[in-house]
Amino acid sequence: MANYSTNEFKGGLKIMLDGEPCNILENEYVKPGKGQAFNRVRIRKLISGKVLEKTFRSGETVEGADVLDTELAYLYTDGEFYHFMNNETFEQIAADEKAVGDNVKWLKENDVCTITLWNGSPITVTPPNFVELEITETDPGLKGDTAGTGGKPATLSTGAVVRVPLFVQTGEVIKVDTRSGEYVSRAQK
Amino acid sequence: MTHTWQPTASLSNIRARADLLHSVRQFFAARNVLEVETPLLSNGTVTDIHLAAFSTRFEHASDGKTKTLYLQTSPEYAMKRLLCAQVGACYQIGKAFRHEAEGRWHNPEFTMLEWYRPGFNHHQLMDEMDELLQLVLATGSAERKSYQQVFLDQLQLDPLTATTASLQQVLTAHDIDVHGDMALDKDTLLQLLFSYLIEPAIGQQVPCFIYGFPASQAALAKLSQHDERVADRFEVYFKGVELANGFNELSDSDEQRRRFNNDVAQRKQLDLPEVEHDERFLQALESGLPQCAGVALGIDRLLMLKVNASHIEQVISFPLSRA
Repeated sequence: MANYSTNEFKGGLKIMLDGEPCNILENEYVKPGKGQAFNRVRIRKLISGKVLEKTFRSGETVEGADVLDTELAYLYTDGEFYHFMNNETFEQIAADEKAVGDNVKWLKENDVCTITLWNGSPITVTPPNFVELEITETDPGLKGDTAGTGGKPATLSTGAVVRVPLFVQTGEVIKVDTRSGEYVSRAQK
Repeated sequence: MTHTWQPTASLSNIRARADLLHSVRQFFAARNVLEVETPLLSNGTVTDIHLAAFSTRFEHASDGKTKTLYLQTSPEYAMKRLLCAQVGACYQIGKAFRHEAEGRWHNPEFTMLEWYRPGFNHHQLMDEMDELLQLVLATGSAERKSYQQVFLDQLQLDPLTATTASLQQVLTAHDIDVHGDMALDKDTLLQLLFSYLIEPAIGQQVPCFIYGFPASQAALAKLSQHDERVADRFEVYFKGVELANGFNELSDSDEQRRRFNNDVAQRKQLDLPEVEHDERFLQALESGLPQCAGVALGIDRLLMLKVNASHIEQVISFPLSRA
C-alpha cells in the first residue's frame, strides 16, 4: 500500500493508525509564522467507529489502508456469518457478527448494503439509509390518533424495536431511517 | 462542472481588497511613512529552521556560473538595509512566498504589509497597529497581554519556568495527541499549547496583542531589558487567527550573526537544506541600524476578517491551485 504525506491528507483518505484502518474526516494545517508546522487531523477509526483528533508533524508520511466500499445485496445468515452478494458478478462474501454489529437489526433480504472491506475482508456493514420492514408486534392503538404524540413501541420482522404512531398496526410495513432508528412513514404500496 | 479559469474570490471581495489597500496607503501617507519596494528575488535567504524559501536557478549571471536565487519569505532584511541607509519610517505592501502546504489560512504566495518605525519601541508600534486595525476592521481598541500572563490566565502555567515534562502533561490532559515517538522540545510544546488552547480563547471581540515571547523564540527581536528570558516580540491575534508579528528590532550585528550561525548549525542537525545567509544584511547592521520597531501583517488574513471569509481562497483571485 502507498504511503501518504500530510500534504495529501483530505476527507475520505484511508490510512493506517495504530494498526487500525482509519478514515480522515478533516485536516487543518497549523503553522505559526515563527514555529513548526503541524496538521490537526480528525479521524474515524473504521473498526471501532471511534472519532478522534490526532496531530501530525507536517510532511510526515503514514501508510495508506487498503480499504474499499462495495455495494452488496444481503442474502441470509447461517447463524454465524452474514452472506452478501454482488448483483453484477454474483460473487459472494461473508461478514462476521463483529462487522455487522448493531446493524443486524436492519438487514433485510435483497436490500443493498455498503460493505467496507479492509484487505479484502468486511469490517463494517452499513444498511441503506431507509429500509421497509413489517411490524410483527405492537399494541393495538386508539383509532383516530393521527397526531403521533408519544406513539408506542413496535417490534419489526428483524427484531428491531422502533416507536411508531398509535394508528400503525401489526402486519403493516413501515419505512424506517436506519441512521436515527426512527419511524418515517407507512410504506408505499 | 467547475471552471478552473475563474477566480475563487468573488468580485465583491476583489473590490474589498482594493479598498483595504487604499485605506492602508492613506493611513501611512497621513503619517509620513514612505512606501518602498524591495526585491522579491534575492541572492540570500532566511536561516530560520521553520521557514522554507522557494528557490530557482539563474543561468545568465555575468560570471557565467549558475546561481541559486530565492523568492523572499519576507522583505525584512532588504527593508532593514534601507533603514541602515537612513530611509526613515517606511512600509511595503508586497508578495511573500513560503514553501509550505496550503490550508484554510495559508497560500504559499501571499500579500504582506511590513512597516518600520525608527525611534519607536514595540509598545509604540503596537499603539499604531491598534489604530490601523480599528480603522480597517471597524473594531474596538485591542487588548494587550504578556505571553507569560496569558499562559497563567488560560492554563495556570508559567511558560518561562515550566519544565518540558509539565508542558507535556498539560498537552496530554487536554487530549492533544501528537503522532509518533519523537519527543517534542520546549518551544514546540509551548507553540502547540498556544495554538490549540490559547489562540481560540483570546482576541474574540477585539484584537489581542501578546508580547514578551520566550527568548528562544526571538528570531530578529531584541531581548527585553527587564527580563532577559523574554524577547521584545509581539504577535496580534483576532478571532483565532495570527495576524501579525512584530519586534523591537535587534540591531547588534554580532548577536545577529550568532543567531544565524546557530540556525545554520540547527539546520545541519535536522537535515534541512543548507542555505546562504544574507551577508549584505549583516554588513548593513554593522554600519548601524537605527533603533526601531517593525511589524509584518498578513493582508489576505486581514481581508478574510474584514469580509468574514472562512477560507483564504475566498479573498485571493487565483490561489496556487488555480494560479
